[in-house]
Amino acid sequence: MSTPVIKANNLTKIYKLFAEEIYAVNNIDLEIRCGEFVSLMGPSGSGKTTLLDLMGCLDSVSCGRLEVLGNEVSCARENDLVKYRRGIISFIFQEFLLIPSLTALENVELSLHFSRMTKERKHSLEIMERVGLGHRINHLPKQLSGGERQRVAIARALAVSPQLLLADEPTGNLDTKSAQEIFSIFKKLNEEDGLTIIVATHNPKLGLQASRTIFLQDGKIISKEKSSLFLEMI
Amino acid sequence: MKSIAIAFKNLQRKKIRSFLTVGGVGVAVAVLVSLMGFDEGYQRGLRSDIDKMGFQVLITAKGCPYEAATLMLKGGGGLRYMDQEVYSKIINDPRVAAITPQLVHTVYDPDKNNGQGGLALYMGIHRSFLDLKPWIKFKSGNWFSQDDAEEVIMGYEAAEFEQRSIGDKIFIPGIEKILTVAGIFERTGTQDDGLIFLPLVTAQNIFGLPDQLTGIGIKLKEISQIAGFEEDLYDEPGIQVISMAEVRGTIFNLISSAKVMTNSIAIIAIFVAVIGVVNTILMSVFERTKEIGVMKAIGASRFDIFRIIWIETTLICVWGGIMGNLFAIIAARLVEHMLRGILPYAPSGHLVVITGGLLLSSFMGAIIMGLVAGIYPALRASSMRPIEAIRRGE
Repeated sequence: MSTPVIKANNLTKIYKLFAEEIYAVNNIDLEIRCGEFVSLMGPSGSGKTTLLDLMGCLDSVSCGRLEVLGNEVSCARENDLVKYRRGIISFIFQEFLLIPSLTALENVELSLHFSRMTKERKHSLEIMERVGLGHRINHLPKQLSGGERQRVAIARALAVSPQLLLADEPTGNLDTKSAQEIFSIFKKLNEEDGLTIIVATHNPKLGLQASRTIFLQDGKIISKEKSSLFLEMI
Repeated sequence: MKSIAIAFKNLQRKKIRSFLTVGGVGVAVAVLVSLMGFDEGYQRGLRSDIDKMGFQVLITAKGCPYEAATLMLKGGGGLRYMDQEVYSKIINDPRVAAITPQLVHTVYDPDKNNGQGGLALYMGIHRSFLDLKPWIKFKSGNWFSQDDAEEVIMGYEAAEFEQRSIGDKIFIPGIEKILTVAGIFERTGTQDDGLIFLPLVTAQNIFGLPDQLTGIGIKLKEISQIAGFEEDLYDEPGIQVISMAEVRGTIFNLISSAKVMTNSIAIIAIFVAVIGVVNTILMSVFERTKEIGVMKAIGASRFDIFRIIWIETTLICVWGGIMGNLFAIIAARLVEHMLRGILPYAPSGHLVVITGGLLLSSFMGAIIMGLVAGIYPALRASSMRPIEAIRRGE
């Protein structure tokens, strides 16, 4: 039995909107094991992004317990959470979120710099080659296509050799062909390197390519029956 | 990828804004360096002028000591007169190493100041004048042929200005007297350069002031004897004794209030520059909220973000410091020219003296300014929570 990378018990995230409390993630129990490729699916506002943010140590937990690699992070302070974001968990965003003033290669080097990793240049070049962008290293993000930008974002995430890769709608801004290419990279990373990947997506064609799919609605994980209905609807 | 490279690239994104902020710091530093340089130059010049007068003590007719101090700097005496008998009494004092009597007189010259008219200053001197100022050399000619010769010796600038050479005739308006140029002094860098000297006896005769003096310059054998010397002459009627140390102190006191004013201007300029820098960096931080969130999401700690923003601010101030120093060096002579036009009395020599120490301290000051100005924007940026920053920036 492999180690759980993520273990959540009664995980809850509440946002306050004036006097109203909104349960973005509501009492979720979840376990994701090492080497799994999991997709999170559900309609807009179902809590996919919030759940990813919590698992990525980007946001604080309101109630419940969350463990990353066996360490409880639900009560951790910001300074402690940085350690998880630095080389253990990597994040890929829908809007790529590259630093516009830095070249593709520098964007990759940046994550290595923050993770206090040496040999930034050599390692970054290798990763850029691996995502098929060895010829675009000196281009600024604005000089790259959407698919290329997302591949730079993947390279940035992979550069620190994370144990968990989280991707929030990574194909949301891409055409079908580019989206499939990105997903193929994820599958390859999972199958060949054994990297644990959790992807939030709207796209059932892509989402169902994962080894496990979790369906969310109103901040809760829904049953397989309900999820079949959901899939039929979209 | 180093923090300094990230900070540098960030500043390059808004070139005009960065340049203007650097310019603001540069102007503040230039103002500071120029004002401090002026302070240094003025004090040096004044000290040099006083030291080059050659005497430690000046005896003048009783009057306002401030007026006497000012007049001394403009030519070595006041326009109040004392009896020459005083000179005869002091000359035999064993504490005196050298002593020289002087008679200064002004004459209205209608041709002065390009025909607008003005006062011409003449100084009657004795041969002992050169004992107190041994550095004075003749560019051409010699000392007066006799003690009552109708001759003049011209200061370097006075001769240059009037295009005079040895043997030329000088006409003194009002008195209708013609004197011959017997000698021209080398440049001394003091007020003596602009004066016309004549024998003391001749001056007393042609200006109708027989046995009258305006000042007696004295150099003592021991500087420690000044206080006792002054004390002994205290009871002498109609005269006052002014030591050069007193004069220097008096003038420095007078200019110290002006110094407070100039320092205040420099502080205001720096304060405005600091606000400008804080404003620019804060604006930049707010514009990059999302990026800061992303940096935190990919592993940047609070300190990483703080350092990047702090470096940005410091870089602005470092460039501003360099620019300000260069600007101050280049504009120093222009500032000096302007100040000479404004100031009622400006000592000889460079009025704005920019030393290496001043440049270094102003540069260090600019760096400190950057470090201080960067604290608040850097704290704001570093305290952002990653996911909030990413969402707020959308």
